[in-house]
Amino acid sequence: MSTETQALQEVKKESLFSKKNKKLVTDPLSDNNPITIQVLGICSALAITVQIQQALMMSLSVIFVLIGANVIVSMMRKIIPDRIRIIVQLIVVASLVIIVNEFLKAYAPDISERLSVFVGLIITNCIIMGRLEAFALGNKPGPAMMDAIGNGMGYAWILLVVAVVREIFGSGYINLEGLGLTKIQIFPQAFYEMGYMNNNLMILPPMALVVVGIIIWIQRSRNKALIEDH
Amino acid sequence: MKALRKLIDNNIRPHFEEGGKLKRFWVVFDSLDTFAFVPGHTTHSGAHIRDGIDMKRTMMMVIIALIPCLLFGTWNIGHQYLLGMGAVSSGDPLMSMFWEKFGWGATRILPLLVVSYGVGLGIEFLFAGLRKHSINEGFLVSGMLIPLIVPADISLWMVGLATAFAVVIGKEVFGGTGMNIVNVALTARAFLFFAYPTKISGNVWLMANEGDTFADGYTGATAMGELANTIGQPVGGNGTASIRAMFSDSGAYSLWNQFVGLEPGSIGETSALACLIGAAILLFVGIASWRVMASFFVGGFVMAFIFNSFPANDFMAIPPIHQLMMGGFFFGMVFMATDPVTAAQTNTGKFIYGFFAGFFSIMIRVFNPAYPEGVMMAILFMNVMAPMIDHYVIQANIKKRLKRAAVAA
Repeated sequence: MSTETQALQEVKKESLFSKKNKKLVTDPLSDNNPITIQVLGICSALAITVQIQQALMMSLSVIFVLIGANVIVSMMRKIIPDRIRIIVQLIVVASLVIIVNEFLKAYAPDISERLSVFVGLIITNCIIMGRLEAFALGNKPGPAMMDAIGNGMGYAWILLVVAVVREIFGSGYINLEGLGLTKIQIFPQAFYEMGYMNNNLMILPPMALVVVGIIIWIQRSRNKALIEDH
Repeated sequence: MKALRKLIDNNIRPHFEEGGKLKRFWVVFDSLDTFAFVPGHTTHSGAHIRDGIDMKRTMMMVIIALIPCLLFGTWNIGHQYLLGMGAVSSGDPLMSMFWEKFGWGATRILPLLVVSYGVGLGIEFLFAGLRKHSINEGFLVSGMLIPLIVPADISLWMVGLATAFAVVIGKEVFGGTGMNIVNVALTARAFLFFAYPTKISGNVWLMANEGDTFADGYTGATAMGELANTIGQPVGGNGTASIRAMFSDSGAYSLWNQFVGLEPGSIGETSALACLIGAAILLFVGIASWRVMASFFVGGFVMAFIFNSFPANDFMAIPPIHQLMMGGFFFGMVFMATDPVTAAQTNTGKFIYGFFAGFFSIMIRVFNPAYPEGVMMAILFMNVMAPMIDHYVIQANIKKRLKRAAVAA
């Protein structure tokens, strides 16, 4: 694994907002997106994008865990024995996930209930393990944090786009009650009286896959370099 | 005819060619032109045999084969409606009030055809323009199939949306006609089935006006809808006697009625007879594969026979032939499973593919009454499996020949 680690040249006193570090944030947003390009973390993208509030909470949780884990593992990278590094990483991630889970239970019990096991499953989210293995183990905490922010945001925006499409067309409203806000009706009652119906397929996971697929399609037709040749 | 050809070539064609005023609409001109006249393309490289009948002509033959289903379906919409209203009774001669029935059906099927072709061809034209290729003819058949596999009273916008979904997600993302993995028309139906379940299952098979009340005893449920009620009850029990009576020789769902198609259901699929006429046309001109059709029938028959031999409820106890007459089994066998793009390509593979598609059709229908249309599910499933079947058939052939070569050496 360590051969795949992308070791940045350790330049002394590099600014946190240097060009290289900025690229760590912007790359995963589009051309190296963890979901649409690396196809990681797909399970949670399909499972919890029925509602925007769930997707939002899930994204925030993943971003928090990812930043925490990346920074901590990066700080410990010189003292972690190579042979047990996966276990050490898992312990770090698991501790952070438990913190998130307890926090959600206390402050957003509704959403926590809806997310159910998927918060716990952040531990096995490939994006987090992937970033730890591929980046945090070989880089300083500063760049590691930037990398975590970039990948977390890259994950979050895909989730939110999918959730917006699914909730609007699947349920006909945007429900933000779990966040202490209101429920916004998108299609007025008159639409339903004229024969409009919510699309039940949007609620089912296959449609999440189709929406992600469409994002991938748009992305690759805009940037032909992303198309692999077979 | 020659004069017409000359007129088109000399006076109309130049406008659409490079440099002409209407260059942008070349794809439209090209598709209409090659649709009406067989183009004079010849093969330029390699040793190919080019059949006189090209893809557009093939598609037209399938459309012709669909006409019996279309006409019967149109009539049946009106027949079922008038039957439901009590205007005719099931004992009346079939041809009574023929034009009323046909006219009523036509008011329903024409908008469906317009929506299906309008949306589907619109998207095809759009992609042809974007990708700068000539228009594919693949949608000609799909556009006819989609109205035939939906219930008569479905909303038009739903059909339009499903068609758009099927053409874009089912076909264009994979590269257009001939590249699709699953059957386009069935993709549209699956979309409707999961997206708007209340509109495509249950008692929605009739086309009725608001406020119409049905005659006593007329439920409008399909044969399978009725049979689903027998699940969980013992074979021949008292609770299901009335349902069993519907399937006896004098009942509403007798073998004869189901063979001819005098039952509620999706527009084109009720009549096994019309499907068989279509099958005869397709087999006569050699377009559809007899291997797929035959093995599909055998597969369905075997499953129905097994159920019939070891029945756990009255649905399973239906005689095999009667079981096959129900629902879209014949329509699926003749027009869906034989789709040359999504079926298996090897001859042995076609037998395997057809057999399991038929087998699963009956199995899904009987075991899971929540999905009454097992045929759709089974064919879509086998569409996905077809490349794998081909792979193993080819591997087996390679192995066999290697063995022979080794012996000879």
